[in-house]
Amino acid sequence: MEYVIEMLGIRKEFGSFVANNNITLQLKKGEIHALLGENGAGKSTLMNVLFGLYQPEGGEIRVRGKAVKIANPNIANDLGIGMVHQHFMLVENFTVTENIILGSEPTKMGTVNIKDAAKKVQALSEKYGLDVDPYAKIEDITVGMQQRVEILKTLYRGAEILIFDEPSASLTPQEITELIQIMRRLIEEGKSIILITHKLKEIMEVSDRVTIIRKGEGIGTVVTAETNPDHLAELMVGRQVEFKTEKTAANPTEEVLHIENLVVTDYRNIDKVKGLNLSIRKGEIVGIAGIDGNGQSELIEAITGLRRVKSGSVKLNGKDVTNMKPRHITEEGVGHIPQDRHKHGLVLDFPIGHNIALQTYYQSPIAKGIVMNYKKVSEKAQQIIKEYDVRTGNGEMTPARALSGGNQQKAIIGREIDRNPDLLIAALPTRGLDVGAIEFIHSRLIEQRDKGKAVLLVSFELDEVMNVSDRIAVIYDGQIVDELDPKATSEQELGLLMAGQSKKNKGGND
Amino acid sequence: MSNRVINLLVPIISIIIGLIVGALVMLVSGYDPVEGYSALWTGIFGDSYTIGNTIRQITPYILAGLAVAFAFRTGLFNIGVEGQLIIGWLAAAWVGYAIELPKVIHIPLALIAAAAAGAFWAFIAGFLKAKFKVHEVIVTIMLNYTALYIANAIIRNLTDGGFKTERIHESASLRSDFLRDITDNSSLHYGIIIALLMVALMWFILEKTTRGYELKAVGFNQNAADYAGMSVNKNIILAMTISGMFAGLGGAMEALGTFQNASIKAGFTGIGFDGIAVALLGANTPLGVIFGASLFGSLKYGSLNMPNAAGIPEEIVSIIIALIIFFVASGYIIRVGLQKLSKKKEGQ
Ligand SMILES: Nc1ncnc2c1ncn2[C@@H]1O[C@H](COP(=O)(O)OP(=O)(O)OP(=O)(O)O)[C@@H](O)[C@H]1O
Ligand SMILES: [Mg+2]
Repeated sequence: MEYVIEMLGIRKEFGSFVANNNITLQLKKGEIHALLGENGAGKSTLMNVLFGLYQPEGGEIRVRGKAVKIANPNIANDLGIGMVHQHFMLVENFTVTENIILGSEPTKMGTVNIKDAAKKVQALSEKYGLDVDPYAKIEDITVGMQQRVEILKTLYRGAEILIFDEPSASLTPQEITELIQIMRRLIEEGKSIILITHKLKEIMEVSDRVTIIRKGEGIGTVVTAETNPDHLAELMVGRQVEFKTEKTAANPTEEVLHIENLVVTDYRNIDKVKGLNLSIRKGEIVGIAGIDGNGQSELIEAITGLRRVKSGSVKLNGKDVTNMKPRHITEEGVGHIPQDRHKHGLVLDFPIGHNIALQTYYQSPIAKGIVMNYKKVSEKAQQIIKEYDVRTGNGEMTPARALSGGNQQKAIIGREIDRNPDLLIAALPTRGLDVGAIEFIHSRLIEQRDKGKAVLLVSFELDEVMNVSDRIAVIYDGQIVDELDPKATSEQELGLLMAGQSKKNKGGND
Repeated sequence: MSNRVINLLVPIISIIIGLIVGALVMLVSGYDPVEGYSALWTGIFGDSYTIGNTIRQITPYILAGLAVAFAFRTGLFNIGVEGQLIIGWLAAAWVGYAIELPKVIHIPLALIAAAAAGAFWAFIAGFLKAKFKVHEVIVTIMLNYTALYIANAIIRNLTDGGFKTERIHESASLRSDFLRDITDNSSLHYGIIIALLMVALMWFILEKTTRGYELKAVGFNQNAADYAGMSVNKNIILAMTISGMFAGLGGAMEALGTFQNASIKAGFTGIGFDGIAVALLGANTPLGVIFGASLFGSLKYGSLNMPNAAGIPEEIVSIIIALIIFFVASGYIIRVGLQKLSKKKEGQ
């Protein structure tokens, strides 16, 4: 009656590991129900059970009061359940419409009727305020629009209940605001939503109720209006959490990284970094603030040797490393937490332990001549897993693919910091991490700084840039347009600079 | 049920189901399955002679299987094992008859020649993939044909229009009086030892060396390998070359062991293509390849006895053999079934 979805006492095991134990989640019609828990708590697992991707070992699922068995995602679709996965499942070189109708194509005399489908997509997009171009190719549209395509895909199939797994993790702040409006619109149209997010601010803003899970156990459900972020964090972690990282003033010394007039092109050979200048010294954290797509990725890839430099120079500790091989640059003392952990950061088919040796596998003590000592790899992995609280299920031999997104991230961060590089490049390091883990990672970055290392932080979150950095460099259209003291600036000023509204257009720090 | 037990049960049950379906085929087409299978059995294990020849048949399958499996494990599809094997065969035969040396040098030299020839043939595909992004499947398929016809042309040239090269010198032969005597004049040769050594080598490279770690990383995720400072192109070429080396040695088994020469071929030997099935049956692991090759080799050789001893036509025999292999390959279905079964039991 009142509940559209009831998951009662759900239990899910992976081998001997219990990912969900006795979790109950009841979704009312027309509510936004947040699902909160630390990295690896079992949120994605629970939702995959609801969507028919996993079969639970115990418990019962009821849809509109009726007990059901959801053996596969098709059954979930038939029951009106749609899921927007954290990693989008779209065909890159198909159009928006083609992606939406994929699997349930309308046909006219045996051929797919794209025109009618496109009209239907257009109508749906207007009804819910989901702005998309039905004929655009996926590879040409922004991440925000791709997400709207995923939402439309579920609506096209008649979903009444929508599951969002960390929808805001890959969005820019502007896109998040839009997403929140979209969710409100969906509710107005009578849909119900389950929302997974680590951002307590979002939960407070949009959700009606919150269900919390901790280490696979259901903790309970609270009404959002009767709680606050501190309380939620405490319920989730089991202790009190600090939100603002404490740090002393920076004490920068010699220069570590020196970039001069750097020009880098993207994969289409269009200049993305356009004569950029930047300098970072030992003992400071420099934060790059900017809107996605202003040359951040190209800049990092050029420093680390993953992308060719067109002109200009990169110097490390005084040595010219422009266009050197990645191995050479790594050995010069650069650590890199990559923006895309699945693309660059991990070999997902390796055990997580073997991933820890990704840059050190050929060096003593892990290698002895041509022979690799996997026992040493395991020891190192165990140390990092322990130190960085990577929750793996079955120890260091768990496949990297089986780790939760946040725990994959923690493993990468651990690996990079553990090598103790002179320059640590951290690109969106806390994407997908829970509040406790974010606090921990921030303090580790500051610890590196205090040890006299240089840290380059790239982030789309203004909070993060302002809290952690000692100096903020604003990037716009491939150049550093201004440098600011985080204590002497405001989100408004930063926002304006990031949007390109600056008096000094030539920028740089000469 | 533990994973270990399931891993053991799956192939056994698959083979049994395959045999049952094969029996049905025989029944339907009017032959006696008992007679048919006993002919198959005697064809494989009947006496020391057949056992010797069965092992001989298994030997090149192991090496062809290793070649395919090694490439698979490093993210490549080597469909060109057949061609690499033919080139290796010719190289071994040539070194075997064209020069005379003491045995301790001659055999290794002929083996090295075969390995190098096979490796070179595969290197071409690896190089084209690394440098020009040409897909290795297309290149290796085409290289099969070039290998076949180039080998034929060379043999014709070397022999002034003959059909086969001279017989290799005794000093290059893998056969021995001892093996012949204990197996009642079969053509068993020492090649099986070389094949097993290569099984160990593949395991060692992939599981114990830094190079194996690199090769696997490049095979799984080139972007991450690049990020980690590995040379993606170098590893692609190397992986292909090592794979071709195994294939070339497979050819050496035929040249120095079974046939003692190289002859003009009207068509492919089929060993290289069967190597794909062998690798898949063995889940691309070194030990699995021994299992796959044993199954393939025994069935291939043993079934030769079925037309004679049980009067079953060759076509029906081929169908039965294919069915058995089919069921082993679809062991996945049985695995899922077993897991469901064991879950139910635990639930009670
Ligand atoms: N297929 C699998 N095999 C083994 N263990 C798994 C598998 N999938 C998930 N796990 C384990 O189950 C636990 C819960 O994972 P899940 O992905 O549900 O976490 P999560 O709450 O979504 O975390 P995050 O916020 O980091 O995404 C993790 O410890 C993970 O290692
Ligand atoms: Mg998750």
